[in-house]
Amino acid sequence: MIGTKKISMAARDKILSAVKENQPAGVALPAEIVDAIVYEDAALQFIKVFEGIGGQVVLVNAWKDIDDFLRNNFAGQSKNITSIPGLRQVKQLDASVDPHSLADIQLAILPVSFAVAENGAAWLTEEMMQIRGLPFICQQLVIVLNKRDILHNMQQAYDKIGTADYAFGVFIAGPSKTADIEQSLVLGAHGPKSMIAFIIE
Amino acid sequence: MSTSNLSHPDLAQRFNKDEARVDWHDETLWWIRQKRDRSAWLFPEWESLRNQASAIKDNVLSNLHEHLLQFESNAQSNGVIIHWAADAEEHNAIVHSILKKHSVDKIVKSKSMLTEECGLNDYLSQRNIDVIDTDLGERIVQLAGEHPSHIVLPCIHWKKEEIGELFHEHLGTPKGNADPVFLTHAAREHLREKFLTRKAAITGVNFAVAETGEFVVCTNEGNADMGAHLADVHIACMGIEKLIPQRKHLGIFLRLLARSATGQPITTYSSHFVKPQPGQEMHIVLVDNGRSRQLGREEFRNSLKCIRCGACMNTCPVYRRSGGHSYHTAIAGPIGSILAPNLDMKKYADLPFASTLCGSCTNVCPVKINIHEQLYQWRQVIVQEGYSPAAKTVAMKAMAVTLSKPKLFSFAGKAGRWMIRNFPFLVNNRMNPWYKQRELPEAPRESFGDWYKKNQHGRKG
Repeated sequence: MIGTKKISMAARDKILSAVKENQPAGVALPAEIVDAIVYEDAALQFIKVFEGIGGQVVLVNAWKDIDDFLRNNFAGQSKNITSIPGLRQVKQLDASVDPHSLADIQLAILPVSFAVAENGAAWLTEEMMQIRGLPFICQQLVIVLNKRDILHNMQQAYDKIGTADYAFGVFIAGPSKTADIEQSLVLGAHGPKSMIAFIIE
Repeated sequence: MSTSNLSHPDLAQRFNKDEARVDWHDETLWWIRQKRDRSAWLFPEWESLRNQASAIKDNVLSNLHEHLLQFESNAQSNGVIIHWAADAEEHNAIVHSILKKHSVDKIVKSKSMLTEECGLNDYLSQRNIDVIDTDLGERIVQLAGEHPSHIVLPCIHWKKEEIGELFHEHLGTPKGNADPVFLTHAAREHLREKFLTRKAAITGVNFAVAETGEFVVCTNEGNADMGAHLADVHIACMGIEKLIPQRKHLGIFLRLLARSATGQPITTYSSHFVKPQPGQEMHIVLVDNGRSRQLGREEFRNSLKCIRCGACMNTCPVYRRSGGHSYHTAIAGPIGSILAPNLDMKKYADLPFASTLCGSCTNVCPVKINIHEQLYQWRQVIVQEGYSPAAKTVAMKAMAVTLSKPKLFSFAGKAGRWMIRNFPFLVNNRMNPWYKQRELPEAPRESFGDWYKKNQHGRKG
């Protein structure tokens, strides 16, 4: 049997030469990206869309309000975790643990770099979640966002991301969901069953 | 697939036996098409976005050689291992060899139409590797021993009561429980155990960025991420046409993809994989399997722009009423009927004929593929190559003769109308395929031609 490495190298040459031979004459990229929608109030639009996709928004004035909200709503839960140093009452995430050990985490509270009004998505990179699996394996996801970091559209989003060097990044828009059974929307497919966004005014 | 010897009309006829079910299938998909419309109409720039996406893909296809080299080099710098597979067999052998190297015999897989196209599940199971599909819809069809009938909605043809029965049998849920919330959460528990114990995960790829070497995987369920982040080995399988030139182009394509697919503003997760986690191995298998050939077919080249949103299926009057399995190929519907004959013209000669050529697919396609025109062009190629269905060839020849002789046409029309009025059973019977699942209106006494002559005369007088 021929080794797959050999197959792969032979295949590489075969594919590349076939592609080169068959590709048409070069077509230039469009000079500019089309203008994307801009809203009167990006934050209001974000809230509308985020709630529409099953998320919950809590408007706060200061970090203290987040502390209060968590105490009033999730105090009974011991399996809460955060990567935000300022949240003192919640256990700090230890980035060195095996991600499998996070399967019983109830609430994961994570910062995000920005959110997008047109689709209710928030952008997180590996630095913010520290462990890649965390925002997916937790039962409920909580993000903390500054109101001024709500962008209008995806074009602005990628302008902001620019050439950032991340190992893993993700747009998350609401709780995990499926409608595979007769198109009935169910929240909590494999990932979080709910998602709360704290927006700091 | 077990049904591969039957053609689209045969399989569609089978699907059409249950009229109530056909109506339900038709209405469900049309409802998704309407959600797509409502979502698209929120944006004054929607048509410009489609034009731009199409133009970016023109650039991709015309510089694919350079983009592939750039992607390979950047992904390798990121620490990702790149493999090349000329066809399905090589793809399957590469995936198998990676699993073998790590002594893995149980894996999880998120949705990848490419692995369906390559028949990976069967290949691996024949080699004693247990593959669990983790997308809920795919898991349902997998438990039932079927293939997905739709690329975005794999079990769109299943009723919740049937899924309840299936889960009762395989997952031990209570008999008679058909509640979607209950069943989804039962599947969540069942699959969570798999995510937590399996050492290797396969995912598809929605977009790969030449400029950065990263790739993006979109899901609503979070199953690709649960699999990939919890495994020691992540294998991402992609067709070579999935490339886009620059990261900022993701903005265009992510704005179009979910809105075109289901009307959602974006999928819940759009995950950008750049580098493996410490201690993890990340592989990308770049697969040709006929794509470089399609690239050289000028009239069908644009089909390689497809981003697999499924909008053309949801809107297609034939797909909605014949079901995904009637296409007997991994990618059903209008776009699948262009892609499949490239892989095997004889086996899929029936598919370009499974269309009314109404053009609705072309109108909703987010990357502006001229789908219905390509279907029409495939018909011509297939007839020229001698692969057209025999009955169709005879009928077409008879029609060509009739249409080219006005007197014969007029007589044939008169004879036909007279027959339908006086001896309907001679026409409306099982021998005539036009009467399958159809009723024709009563035939008028005169043709339009006769009516026009009479009325034109009357006006003059």
